[in-house]
Amino acid sequence: MMELDSLYQEVILDHYKHPLNKGLSEEYDVQVHHINPSCGDEITFNLSTEGGIIKSITWDGVGCSISQASVSIASDLLLNKTLEQAGSIAEVFIELMHSKGTKDGDPLVLEDAVALAGVSKFPARIKCALLGWMAFKDAAVRIKQLKEPDTRGSN
Amino acid sequence: MSLDVATIRKDFPIFDRTVRDGKKLIYLDSGATSQKPNSVIDAEGDFYRFHNAAVHRGAHQLAEEATDAYEGARSKVASFLGARAEEIVFTKGATESLNLIAYAMGNAASGSRFALTSKDQIVVTEMEHHANLIPWQQLAARTGAQLTWFEVLPDGRLDLNSINEVISENTKVVALTHQSNVLGTINPLDAIVARAHEVGAVVVLDACQSVPHMPIDVKTLGVDFLVFSGHKAIGPTGVGVLWSSVLEELPPFLFGGSMIENVTMKSATWAPAPKRFEAGVPNMAQAVGLGAAIDYLSKVGMDKIHEHELLLTKYFLEQLQKVPTLKIIGPTDLELRGSCISFTVGQIHPHDLGQYLDSQGVAVRTGHHCAWPLTRKLGVPATTRASLYLYNFEEECDLLVEAIVKAQKYFA
Ligand SMILES: Cc1ncc(COP(=O)(O)O)c(C=O)c1O
Repeated sequence: MMELDSLYQEVILDHYKHPLNKGLSEEYDVQVHHINPSCGDEITFNLSTEGGIIKSITWDGVGCSISQASVSIASDLLLNKTLEQAGSIAEVFIELMHSKGTKDGDPLVLEDAVALAGVSKFPARIKCALLGWMAFKDAAVRIKQLKEPDTRGSN
Repeated sequence: MSLDVATIRKDFPIFDRTVRDGKKLIYLDSGATSQKPNSVIDAEGDFYRFHNAAVHRGAHQLAEEATDAYEGARSKVASFLGARAEEIVFTKGATESLNLIAYAMGNAASGSRFALTSKDQIVVTEMEHHANLIPWQQLAARTGAQLTWFEVLPDGRLDLNSINEVISENTKVVALTHQSNVLGTINPLDAIVARAHEVGAVVVLDACQSVPHMPIDVKTLGVDFLVFSGHKAIGPTGVGVLWSSVLEELPPFLFGGSMIENVTMKSATWAPAPKRFEAGVPNMAQAVGLGAAIDYLSKVGMDKIHEHELLLTKYFLEQLQKVPTLKIIGPTDLELRGSCISFTVGQIHPHDLGQYLDSQGVAVRTGHHCAWPLTRKLGVPATTRASLYLYNFEEECDLLVEAIVKAQKYFA
């Protein structure tokens, strides 16, 4: 059972049973919808910023405990970070997911998300853990386009 | 017990191994792909070891032997299906077989009964595997034809109430699965074939989940095309079959070597079927392996395999339904179904359930099973599926049930 318990950490099952920021806000700057074609999991992700700082993340979706817990963790962890900080946290997380079980993850950067380190030993589940984070990355790109339109070249 | 499963299992070397730290392998995923007996593995290896040469080409002894082995496999498939060898095309798999039919129809000269226009209809069903849906969606998009479908009822059967409207005078093709790879439903073909032929349409049968599991005679079925994959019938990967009684009327799909009659710099003419549909050096070793698979299945007896699976399905359905909150997705009436058994367990997501079962050595499939419109229609984003074959036995069901109950505690 050791292997399985490393996947299903207490923290993960807690987030799964009591997800944070689940339920879509009526107002948002951007909304993205992502799906995991291999298993059919879906997520809708709302993001709002003020002055480059993430002010609200809400989401809704269907999926396994790993995907649901992972979005829940991300929605909490990335709140009140700048888009740049959040982007680099996401990169650290993505790297951890591709570490094939060789890394524990830095709790100072990833906080609760280090509980997902065990996922990297189960190749079929990495996409589950990444679903919400990919939605965030996509939303972040769109929000930058929306709020910081490139003025060079246009007048 | 009509089937000696213990003896059969000795022929399948994979059952000698363990999984996940020494657990016995409980393989309940034959709907995705079946395990292989030594005779199949050896036939493929021996082709390479002793007879390898390009079929239909070389002027030497090996080429003769390779051609005999390849054409011998074609004859075995033909007699297995009650067909003639000229009616059998080897493909890469069922997916390619279905694409071949759809593309060949797209290549049909206008006026041919296969040529589609915006006035025509293609009929599928809501329970199709993506492999028997998307090629038809694409053909409809290329030709302007309209795609319509039979809906699935909540109990997992096709809704045939409006059969005369769904299959109309404008229908040219009806493509459907024989047995659903999600629900296990076996579709009633007689009424559909009769109606399709009444309006002059051809029937394409996806027999991926039936040919490996029950005796099939294409003449009795009355369909015009039938496809299946070798790897789901204890054969190798990389080989599939397209059977049709109307191949001669169909233009080719892939062009190149071996499929021609005559070639000049400006044009070419086609060889008769089946060669017209087998461009390039074919998957010889895999076809020979499939021949060995058919020998094996025939020796055991398809009627016996079918009977064994029905008894086993009955037992699985009975035992699974005793588990609290477990819901069978598909018909529970044995008359209507085969041995692909989908279910949900309370609020446990199938991915989590599958992961837990895996930790106990139980291999199942989870997800939408490449039939996304179907799981959407049924309102279940995903299911867990246990699919059975000749090498499964009742105690494996008990272990599955035991593991599900443990999973319920784990995720409670
Ligand atoms: C009903 C059905 N049709 C088509 C296919 C496609 O077969 P293959 O992937 O071997 O081409 C499958 C296999 O998953 C199937 O179960």
